[in-house]
Amino acid sequence: MIRLLVDVAARHLLARRRQSIVSLLGVVLGVSFFLSISAMMRGSEQDIIHRLVDNAPHITIEDDYRNPTLQPVSQLFPDAAVQLRHVVPQTETRGIRGYAQILDFLRRTPGLRASAVLSGQALASFAGKDRAIGLYGIVASEYAQVSTIRRYMVRGSLDELEANPNGIVIGDELARRMSLSMGDNLRIASTTGQVRTFKIIGLFHTGRSDFDAGQAFVALKRVQSMLDRPNRINTIVIKLADPNAARTEAARIEQRVRYKTVSWQERSEDLMSALAIRSVIMYAVVGAVLVVAAFGIYNVISTVVLEKQRDIAILRAMGFQARDIEGMFLAQGALIGAVGNVFGIGLGCGLMAGLMRIHFRVPGSTDVNYLAIDWSLFQFVLAGGVAMLAAMIAAYLPARRAAKVEPVDVLRGGT
Amino acid sequence: MAEAIRLEHVTRRLEGEVPVTLVSDASLRIDGGECVAITGPSGSGKSSLLYLMGLLDLPSEGRVWLGGADTAGYGEVERSEARLRTIGFVFQSHFLLPEFSACENVMLPMRRLGAYDDATIRERARVLLGGLGLEDQRDKGPRQLSGGQSQRVAIARALANDPMLVLADEPTGNLDSVASRNVQRTVLALAHEQGRAVAVVTHDPDFAAQADRRVRIVDGRIQP
Repeated sequence: MIRLLVDVAARHLLARRRQSIVSLLGVVLGVSFFLSISAMMRGSEQDIIHRLVDNAPHITIEDDYRNPTLQPVSQLFPDAAVQLRHVVPQTETRGIRGYAQILDFLRRTPGLRASAVLSGQALASFAGKDRAIGLYGIVASEYAQVSTIRRYMVRGSLDELEANPNGIVIGDELARRMSLSMGDNLRIASTTGQVRTFKIIGLFHTGRSDFDAGQAFVALKRVQSMLDRPNRINTIVIKLADPNAARTEAARIEQRVRYKTVSWQERSEDLMSALAIRSVIMYAVVGAVLVVAAFGIYNVISTVVLEKQRDIAILRAMGFQARDIEGMFLAQGALIGAVGNVFGIGLGCGLMAGLMRIHFRVPGSTDVNYLAIDWSLFQFVLAGGVAMLAAMIAAYLPARRAAKVEPVDVLRGGT
Repeated sequence: MAEAIRLEHVTRRLEGEVPVTLVSDASLRIDGGECVAITGPSGSGKSSLLYLMGLLDLPSEGRVWLGGADTAGYGEVERSEARLRTIGFVFQSHFLLPEFSACENVMLPMRRLGAYDDATIRERARVLLGGLGLEDQRDKGPRQLSGGQSQRVAIARALANDPMLVLADEPTGNLDSVASRNVQRTVLALAHEQGRAVAVVTHDPDFAAQADRRVRIVDGRIQP
């Protein structure tokens, strides 16, 4: 039965070749644009999220509280009616206290890796050149498990920080700007005024120029000493086996350790909503192309319905049911949609391959970048599905009209 | 012969600001093997009567019995099924689908019925066309056929599902005298040789004279 309806539908379309080709072209262009733009936008979105998830901690515990802690006097008299003035506030040393116990607690959670970091500002000096840098105090073997920095090492090794406490790992861009090379001694002055000399034992290159020119890794104990904060850290970075669980896991950790615990989703909330808005705009624009294509389909099928009133009447007289007639014209929409999908996906693949070849350099990056294209099946299913839906909706209205044709009215006029 | 179609006091009225009665209190029975000619002046309700017999139109009053079954309770689907299985239509204009060849036109009702495989359907269509002298024309499109040939293809199509009732609406109206005589012979043979019930609307007195019975309709009323 479906074969018969498709056969009749195909004959109708082939009889109006020029109109059919025009409406088909609309679908082909619509699908290809939809596919290529959607794949590009989704690709870049995934790339951004991948960078967020992969290159940064999934969860960060900071040496801060989400709600400021009360001074002891306020804790002691929470409902006091009398205000005590000129109370000397307690001064707290910044940093996460009892971090070893917190790390022990965290590491008991399956699929969770954590590393303590003490970071601070410092001044690097070499051969009369000074540069402000961020100093990262880490335990190399632990930090390597929560960071991708090992992947970006171009000379030396991060692990050597454990064997050589006076070693330092810097970015290749910092090395280039200060004319440094492996084995050179770099003077580091901390904000407390302490100065130490470190030997360069490793170089990394992440491609982000600010990071490559402004970060240095040193053994945690050295940084604690230089910043005059023994047994203190200011950050715990965490990686999860399932990055999507970061938000709930962060809430659980914060409830336990009380320090402000930020998931990558929370940290990137603005970016995530910008990406969501961008997706809506993108789908609205490319969807509009398919809406235009749908008008083309509507136009050709409406014309066929108008021209084929007599044939509809004779088919009904033969014993075809109203729903057969409706199916026949829906099949026309489905045919245009299906054939348009085949050619549109072909053309879309070509466009996607072409987009992949475009290279450019973005501000803040030292590497050549390529457009990230999402080749996932989802893109093809989405583009094809939306095109088919548009085609079917466009065919539905004339198909309904065809099904309502009263054969007697047509036959009376025709005989 | 068994009753094929029976109309009992059928009236068809078009409602509107000025109601129009197309058929008024018509009663008619046609048995298998019988050819009935329906005659009358233009606009008298001949075609309307035919459409009521063919379940294309619904009576405002009265009942239509098809093959002994009351069709009063039939919905759109049942009426379509009844047309597909038991009724064959032939119209004044042949009404062949222009995108299909003669053979494919004949195959259409059989394909819709879905009772035979493709090879059988094609073979049956060839036999039907061969029986009407159109063996060599089966692959031609409707535009390549003469009026008489097209009308015979339309008759073959009407017979595709072996209907018990054939309704022909001025089948010779657009044909020359030779083609007209051929079609007349074919239509009469449907009743007399194949045992089908045939109702023919015609203005042609010669054709009407060859029918087993003549029914004259004037202003929607069957004349006594």
